[in-house]
Amino acid sequence: MGVGITVKDLDAWYGTHQTLFKISLDIPANQATALIGPSGCGKSTFVRCLNRMHETNASGRVDGTVRIGAMDIYKDAAPVEIRRRVGMVFQRPNPFPTMSIYENVASGLKLNGFRNRRVLDEIVERSLKHAALWEEVKDDLRRKSGASLSGGQQQRLCIARALAVDPEVLLMDEPASALDPVSTAKIEDLIFELKSQYTIVIVTHNMQQAARVAERTGFFLSGKLVEFDVTHKIFTNPGDKRTEDYITGRFG
Amino acid sequence: MDSNTQQIRTRSFAPSLSQTAIAGPSTSRSGSPAAEDPSPSPVRSFLHARGSSAGSDRAFRWLMVACALTIFAIVALIATELVMRSEMSIKKFGFGFFVHSGWDPVTGDYGALPFIYGTLLSSLVALAIAVPLSVGLAIFLTEMCPGPLRSPLAFLTELLAAIPSVVYGLWAVFVLVPILRAHVNPVLGATLGWTTLFTGPNYGIGMLAAGVILAIMILPIISSLTREVMSAVPYAQREAVLALGATRWEMIRMGVLRNARIGIVGSVILGLGRALGETMAVTMVIGNRPEIVRSLFAPGYSMASVIANEFSEASDDLYLSALVEIGLALFLVTIVVNALARLLVWAVTRGAPVRVAA
Repeated sequence: MGVGITVKDLDAWYGTHQTLFKISLDIPANQATALIGPSGCGKSTFVRCLNRMHETNASGRVDGTVRIGAMDIYKDAAPVEIRRRVGMVFQRPNPFPTMSIYENVASGLKLNGFRNRRVLDEIVERSLKHAALWEEVKDDLRRKSGASLSGGQQQRLCIARALAVDPEVLLMDEPASALDPVSTAKIEDLIFELKSQYTIVIVTHNMQQAARVAERTGFFLSGKLVEFDVTHKIFTNPGDKRTEDYITGRFG
Repeated sequence: MDSNTQQIRTRSFAPSLSQTAIAGPSTSRSGSPAAEDPSPSPVRSFLHARGSSAGSDRAFRWLMVACALTIFAIVALIATELVMRSEMSIKKFGFGFFVHSGWDPVTGDYGALPFIYGTLLSSLVALAIAVPLSVGLAIFLTEMCPGPLRSPLAFLTELLAAIPSVVYGLWAVFVLVPILRAHVNPVLGATLGWTTLFTGPNYGIGMLAAGVILAIMILPIISSLTREVMSAVPYAQREAVLALGATRWEMIRMGVLRNARIGIVGSVILGLGRALGETMAVTMVIGNRPEIVRSLFAPGYSMASVIANEFSEASDDLYLSALVEIGLALFLVTIVVNALARLLVWAVTRGAPVRVAA
């Protein structure tokens, strides 16, 4: 089961360049929340603040509060502990090329010292089934490299890898933007399936995608959260003129 | 394709340029396809005038084949020359030369084993010291070094490779050997003496000193190549591991070293190649005594050293012939070691899953 996320007054910088300004929002548990906005508006930086990946960049700096469930992630825990609870899927599929499909999925657990072979087999199968990849790869689990799959399959492999550690939150940074429409549709179906069990935050350039998969949508512009509401309302009756301009294609 | 050229033509393609440089050669050739064009585009007529370029392409191909053949010729020449010049020794001692451990010019008794042993052992000691050190250095430089420190440190490592080996030898004699004798060897003898690798009289010079100086000499090769392959690993791989909740070391192990392992083994092979053939510095500190002793404190001899030391004083034909055969042995050992290393790479990568598409 997923947990909700509460963000309060979040600022983020790259060096001296501030990319996020006083972001506050509540992301409900077990729903998909979409973040939209033009390139460079800070939506990717924002999700990277939710698992403390922003600070892996040498000049990255964050101020404010982020609560995942009851835990204040910038006060109560180390980055590695948070990342074990918050999974992430990146824009470009990044499976481990030297590992088989099986090893790719098991990598998160093996990394953390999980060795029980039988349970590992079960988790790999379940994760691949969850990521809708099992049928396509079940005969080549140990024989094929993660890099030998097609782009769409690789991305679903990365989703399976993130699901294998059973995260409470799944962050997706434009997970379908490097994929063709068929693979994109598969990923969207997947998000639809997964959101009953995980809290999903998805960054997307594709407004139809946000409308299709997300219960709530936030619109970012120049590092500020302009509007955050129920998806239906954002797309039919936005409260802010800038949101309306963006979703109708008048700028951005 | 057609729309491309069209675009170039319509988009005011610098008229001054077309008048001079580009249009020049094409108009001078009569009967070129451009002449039939009602409105000749300078780019088109220039490209048409170039023809098939088949002749120059063929010449290029043969030139490259010749370069490749040169390598075969050199290797073959070295091998035949070594065999011919060591004929006398080969006939007298046969295969026994490689497994016999006598070396007495007075009685004419020669065997290569102590030298093979010395070369292999000193190189092995060098690898044991240099590989962890240089991989660690490469990790520090690529993954955790603060920006301003990175290039000076990388430059310093590469500077190590530029120092002539005789200078290393001098430094080893005057600095390294006294340090080993006074500080390192007693400690090693006291703590690891039970392995019998660190026992016997402590002269300072000997197998250990040779191994340490070799380690310093091959460190820049291994570390700079390792650094190169490590920095070629995409950042996305590191992020993928970090997002799974990895510590920095786990990230480096799974996301970087694992992806770079073939390149790292390759750099170790290159370092080993240098260690096997290194002559001057080793000669100055290894002790030059043709004996096989288990202890690393004891003096030894290497193949390259014995050739360098005794070639000028080889008084009779058999002595000279035996020395050349040592050279042949060095040649063979280098080939065998390289083949084994390649076999290792093959064995490591064979287990890896196949990559059908890129």
